Amino acid sequence: MFVYADNAATTAASKTAVDAMLPYFTEVYGNPSSLYEVGQTAKAALEGARERVAKVLGCQPREIYFTSGGSEADNQAIRSAAAIGLRKGKKHLITTAFEHHAVLHTMKKLEKEGFEVTYLDVHNSGIVTPEEVAAAIREDTCLVTIMYANNEIGTIEPIKEIGAVCREKGVLFHTDAVQAAGHIAIDVKEQNIDMLSLSAHKFHGPKGVGVLYARGGILLENLIEGGAQERGKRAGTENVPGIMGMTAALEEAAAHIDENTKKLTALRDRLIAGLETIPYAELNGDRTHRLPSNVNFCFEGIEGESLLLLLDDKGICASSGSACTSGSLDPSHVLLAIGRPHEVAHGSLRLSLGEDATEEQVDYMIKSVREVVEYLRNMSPFWHDLESGKRPHVFKEFVKG
Amino acid sequence: MALYSDKVMDHFRNPRNVGSIENADGVGEVGNPVCGDIMKIYLKINDQQIIEDVKFETFGCGSAIASSSMATELIKGKPLSEALQLTNKAVTEALDGLPAHKLHCSVLAEEAIKKAVKDYYDKNGIIYDADLFPDDEDCAHCEAHCGR
Repeated sequence: MFVYADNAATTAASKTAVDAMLPYFTEVYGNPSSLYEVGQTAKAALEGARERVAKVLGCQPREIYFTSGGSEADNQAIRSAAAIGLRKGKKHLITTAFEHHAVLHTMKKLEKEGFEVTYLDVHNSGIVTPEEVAAAIREDTCLVTIMYANNEIGTIEPIKEIGAVCREKGVLFHTDAVQAAGHIAIDVKEQNIDMLSLSAHKFHGPKGVGVLYARGGILLENLIEGGAQERGKRAGTENVPGIMGMTAALEEAAAHIDENTKKLTALRDRLIAGLETIPYAELNGDRTHRLPSNVNFCFEGIEGESLLLLLDDKGICASSGSACTSGSLDPSHVLLAIGRPHEVAHGSLRLSLGEDATEEQVDYMIKSVREVVEYLRNMSPFWHDLESGKRPHVFKEFVKG
Repeated sequence: MALYSDKVMDHFRNPRNVGSIENADGVGEVGNPVCGDIMKIYLKINDQQIIEDVKFETFGCGSAIASSSMATELIKGKPLSEALQLTNKAVTEALDGLPAHKLHCSVLAEEAIKKAVKDYYDKNGIIYDADLFPDDEDCAHCEAHCGR
């Protein structure tokens, strides 16, 4: 059996997305900045896409900026807020300890440039409270940026409430919605969001294209200088095929959120219940306030990369927050942020379901993970030490009972 | 996966000499769970100081398991003096190479074997040159890497 269970990493482009892109490679190939017909047709499509994306997000077309993806959008949003803050003498930013590196590394850079950053605790649940955000806001705070849903453990933050706090205090609020867009209903006006990032390939669109929504009146800083594309805020000939594919994928995803949520939540909970029958295993992050597609576990006594390799042999594509899979020697900052000790964080597994997932696949994954975990524990001196009591267990044998 | 050579994948999928030896003549354990890898080597050594049997247990990534497996193959049936000369480079070469950030796995294998031999020497009161053995420091391989 083949199971692609790494949809949080990327998704297959849908037929809808690919069909929407194809004409813009070979037929409507003109540069949207050109004045002749094939250029102007591309321009019309581009502006049509902007209106369609705006409609899905609940904003104005002029508030949509097409980018190369989520990372660029995150960088531009944060850089812009920092520049606005700097002009007013406000050099404090608020974020969480478990953001995507596109946010965290930008924050680190700003710290080197003299900004101060507060990293809010995300607790064992992986959820920040609006009260904590309110308490962290200072006179000199220029931005609050908190992800909509976490990319590793899938926990969903109270975005609307955090947005309301920021509105009340007059602080800009950005959310990295890369994992949420197309999977959770987003309305930027209703949810008090000033800036938002999304990436097409997380909802069956193409790679290399995304969106920065910035509320009217927020002056963006350019990351890329050049031509006057995107209202002068993002130079470079527009990725018209990519934008058309993204727009079609976003509309399709948004139209099916309710049914996908219902279906995936049932499969997710079946998968969680199944994996919880493995001893000394625990779900990472809140059980219910999480993406319907996300399951993330830690298993004591084993290491994540060997788990992934053996699951790959069984046809299962998954990911891990283990240090060995990241190329660094530290395990996932997300798992450490929710309080998992290093030795447990090394043994993590993320399974992120696609909309086409089936019960058979879920049951196959439960069976396969159980087999592989048992096999690896059998050859693990660390596991033997846990079993003999030489080292203490971190988890209970079973979550329930 | 193209991350590893076929040899690494073969030793990872079908590790040789997995397990433990009861009343082993020498046991060596290196690494620690915080770093994400532990390797434990068991030796059965006869009167002629030949490694009659060797087993390993490993907690770690694919290359850690493959390195342990290969290292046991390379010393099985060999005299102790030869086993002590096993280098991480030899383990890596026998595996047709390891990615740069995985080389420390082969270092662990070398250190685990040396530690098991040292354990045998210590248990039997055999005099040895202390310079032959790495510092008895669990995280030595890792400190060099991640500064922990």
